[in-house]
Amino acid sequence: MPRKRVHIHVDGAVQGVGFRPFVYRVAHDLGLGGWVCNNSTGVDVEFEGEEDAVELGLRRLRSEHPPHADISGVSVAHCDPLGGEGFVIRSSDDTGGTTSVLPDLATCEDCRREVFDSQDRRYRYPFTNCTNCGPRFSIIQEIPYDRATTTMRGFDMCAACQAEYDDPLDRRFHAQPNACAACGPKLYWRDAVGAVLAERDAALRAAEEAIGEGDVVAVKGLGGFHLVVDATSETAVGNLRQRKKRGKKPFAVMCPSLDMVREVCEVSGVEAEALLGSGSPIVLLERRSDAPQGLLARAVAPDNPRIGVMLPYTPLHHLLLADLGRPVVVTSANRASEPICTDGAEAVQRLHRIADWFLDHDRPIARPVEDSVVQVVLGAPQVLRYARGYAPQVVANQVVAKQALANQPVTTVDSSEVVLAAGGHLKSAVALARDGEVILGPHVGDLDTVEALEAFEALFDDLAELQGVAPSVVAHDMHPDYQSTRVAQESGAETYAVQHHHAHVAAVIAEHDIDGEVLGVSWDGTGYGGDGTVWGGEFLRASRSDFERVAHLYPFRLPGGEAAAREPRRSALGVLSEAFDELPLDRVSSLRAAFDSIELDTLAAMLLRSLRCVETTSAGRLFDAVASLLGLCQHNDFEAEAAMMLQFEAESVAEGPVFDAPLEGESIDWRPTIRRMVDALDAGESPAALARGFHLTLARAVVDVARRHDLQRVVLGGGCFQNRLLLTETASRLQDAGFDVYWPQRIPAGDGGLAVGQAIVATSRNT
Amino acid sequence: LAHGGGGRLMQGLIDKVFKTAFEGIGLQSTHDSAVLDLDAGRLAMTTDSYVVKPLEFPGGDIGSLAIHGTVNDLAMAGARPRYLSVGFVLEEGLEMEKLWRIVCSMRDAADAAGVRIVTGDTKVVDRGKGDGIYLNTTGVGVVASGLRVDPSAVEAGDAIVVSGDVGRHGVAVMAHREGLAFEAPIESDSASLVAMVHALLDAGISVRCLRDLTRGGLATCLNEIAASAGRRIEIQEDAVPVDEVVRGACEMLGLDPLYVACEGRMVAFVAPEDAARAAEVMRGFAPGEKARVIGEVTGDDRALVVGRNAFGTRRVLDLLSGEQLPRIC
Ligand SMILES: [Fe+3]
Ligand SMILES: [Mg+2]
Ligand SMILES: [Zn+2]
Ligand SMILES: [Zn+2]
Repeated sequence: MPRKRVHIHVDGAVQGVGFRPFVYRVAHDLGLGGWVCNNSTGVDVEFEGEEDAVELGLRRLRSEHPPHADISGVSVAHCDPLGGEGFVIRSSDDTGGTTSVLPDLATCEDCRREVFDSQDRRYRYPFTNCTNCGPRFSIIQEIPYDRATTTMRGFDMCAACQAEYDDPLDRRFHAQPNACAACGPKLYWRDAVGAVLAERDAALRAAEEAIGEGDVVAVKGLGGFHLVVDATSETAVGNLRQRKKRGKKPFAVMCPSLDMVREVCEVSGVEAEALLGSGSPIVLLERRSDAPQGLLARAVAPDNPRIGVMLPYTPLHHLLLADLGRPVVVTSANRASEPICTDGAEAVQRLHRIADWFLDHDRPIARPVEDSVVQVVLGAPQVLRYARGYAPQVVANQVVAKQALANQPVTTVDSSEVVLAAGGHLKSAVALARDGEVILGPHVGDLDTVEALEAFEALFDDLAELQGVAPSVVAHDMHPDYQSTRVAQESGAETYAVQHHHAHVAAVIAEHDIDGEVLGVSWDGTGYGGDGTVWGGEFLRASRSDFERVAHLYPFRLPGGEAAAREPRRSALGVLSEAFDELPLDRVSSLRAAFDSIELDTLAAMLLRSLRCVETTSAGRLFDAVASLLGLCQHNDFEAEAAMMLQFEAESVAEGPVFDAPLEGESIDWRPTIRRMVDALDAGESPAALARGFHLTLARAVVDVARRHDLQRVVLGGGCFQNRLLLTETASRLQDAGFDVYWPQRIPAGDGGLAVGQAIVATSRNT
Repeated sequence: LAHGGGGRLMQGLIDKVFKTAFEGIGLQSTHDSAVLDLDAGRLAMTTDSYVVKPLEFPGGDIGSLAIHGTVNDLAMAGARPRYLSVGFVLEEGLEMEKLWRIVCSMRDAADAAGVRIVTGDTKVVDRGKGDGIYLNTTGVGVVASGLRVDPSAVEAGDAIVVSGDVGRHGVAVMAHREGLAFEAPIESDSASLVAMVHALLDAGISVRCLRDLTRGGLATCLNEIAASAGRRIEIQEDAVPVDEVVRGACEMLGLDPLYVACEGRMVAFVAPEDAARAAEVMRGFAPGEKARVIGEVTGDDRALVVGRNAFGTRRVLDLLSGEQLPRIC
């Protein structure tokens, strides 16, 4: 058998996931010589040996790679055999570190087994991890990724851990956060003022006892502190709501096992996959009507047919939940609209009077990372909040990837420009375009508080630094008063303003690797239109670089401007004042009852005189208005509450009347819809059927606009398309009409995905 | 009113209205320029034009506003206002009676502020080319030697005192113009701050910086000072006095009272140990009755204004572009 030597280049997310030890094991098994080495875009391998063994090795590289390695291309070149050598793992540089930054990964099955095995040396050790799982993004401080550049730098490995770390055949070979009870981080149990009362397993037991008794315990996890209470206890959950000043906004729960999730909720195959995936997000699930009494307190998610559920994703959570044997509420430890706390002392100070106890640990958190949120719609997962387990990953290509022949590398057009995108004001997140790809950073939150602004600024610098690049262009929204716009303008780099709804569409174009023009349906609550009005119900003929507004919802006025986002009743008055010559308040009794007489006189006068009114085409506000007219919600206790109420109401029935909403010129005229709905309400028709009918009416109106344009591809984007019913109805009607339909799945539909679109538009601007 | 052209009719107007009204507080000379006697010290000078609809509103009118605005600007530099000039642009058809009321209101305001109107100018424009009256006032005043009242004097740790409840002027004018009725009538806060400022200086308070709140209200004013001082400012939002009726009106109108115009309010940046005493001194004057310490300058050298609410949440009080476009989705 002749000898053969090949050089293999593997592209993709293959660093820090145990790829090199995997290659080592393959070579070891097959008796191959050569080496494996990280490089800037992936991994280089050389195999030498008998021809059959080399071929087998190549096949195994492609078929057996580690679970979290994401191979985008493999190229093979033949070279001259060098003769008798062993196989070695070469260091990529002096430190042996890697340049890629990976998201945190949920505990793998092997590590979980060890933690519950009383014979294992990591029995009940809450910081167990390996190359297939554990912290990454939340502990990395600098590149290259190496133990010395993470928050694990203060922990010296014991001999046993070091031996694992050094052994290429071990699951923990070069696992940077590798640790055990003898050498690694440990737990501390602190009282409300921060005094340490217990350590290690005793701390965990104390936390379990306190939670069992109904106390509020702040638990330091992977990306920050959570507030944890017994989800079966009405008193405990009510107490948490009161202390956090949280009205009706649903809490997420963590369940000990998938079996228990199934007791409470309907779980489809795709939903189970999402729950169990390495991202381990919160998944929004439909509640079971026959769920056993007492497993979830009503206060967890009042009046909500769905519930956000996640499974344990660190050994600490696995131990806590297994010992408690019941679901717990797990919510970001912060005051309203602040980012999550990451530091023990800071938590004690900021959570004063909220948490009774603190389960702290001494592995520092490099940056706050919140839990991700996912829903399954039309049979596929849709990320609603992109954070832990997902960020920071490549979500799109800067230019269309041209798929070459099978087994050939995916080619990307080289782009030397590095673009940082600042995102929006709410649900802020930054994105970075470099080397032809766009990386989305984690959800930071709304930029109204100083804490959020500071976290945002840190992340703004951080994302580029972690990739070892410096942005030459900073993209931002056109809104002059977004904090993210300010930060972009103060960055010193060249700036590029991107229209809000174009960014929503461009994000989806890029996510689905679309070339050329699409009809972009960009619906949300608010976006700066650049023409002095507020957009939000837009139809754009759009490409990556340009857009033209071809249609929109019929405009209406919001009395009091931004106040309307908090009070759907204001949107309702604005909508009624367009649809009727005189406000028909005697026919919409629940709306009438939402105002006192001074309020009503003032708002009516404001509308009459266009005083303090903002003109808008916002779809989000139109949903608010209808929710208000139907008596479902007059004041938003949390963002999009009214729209959610309207969706749930609509989903409670199977049918609804489709109303008239003609396309007049560039406007979808919803006024006849509103007039018919007021008539129907007056005639005593059920709000549920009307709510459903409203969704169907808008879905059909989208098809009407699409038919008017010669574009085969229709892209749906913006926060309104997180509405499962609207998305399902719109997408399926468009498909039935013969269009190709795309919607956000990997990237949040709402403003959390804005930065990706900004990065795409900015990088495409000259082409 | 039909007195354009600068002829006899105009001379009659000047004699009949302005000289009569302003007699005794300065305007006597028919020379082209006023010649001013000034004591030793440095001279402060400021000018401002006034456009307001309606001309008369609860708590004031364009006349008193034009006096208060200019004397307050002088006072904010630590100056004692001494002389004013007044320029009138009158629209043909203006009722003489209204003009007389406004001119008398100017005289009273100047009197109260201890300032003399020494020169003036009048132009009449065609009907429809103006809003009744536009006014310009220019003032000079004297600053005591060695006194430095300036944003660059602001230091970390300085206390911030606001002289009274905020947001009244903006809401009062809007409500009156648009015919809106709230739980109770709202009056403008238009007032002279001259006496109060000099009482502060005379009391030996270490005053670093003074600023009257005008367009953009308290939040905008604090942003300007934060920017020129290069410092972070933190205020306790619930310490800022806001009249309950004004608060309710703002809520309806979708306004944040911290951003609504005032015409007789100021903030004083003073040494921390003088904060309580400064508020005490201010409370001795009508426009300072509700004076309160509301916040401080922090050690952070990034210009930012932060409002802390009762729950402890700290919101960023931005300098807004003025477009008032919603950010909330
Ligand atoms: Fe948006
Ligand atoms: Mg002025
Ligand atoms: Zn593992
Ligand atoms: Zn160890």
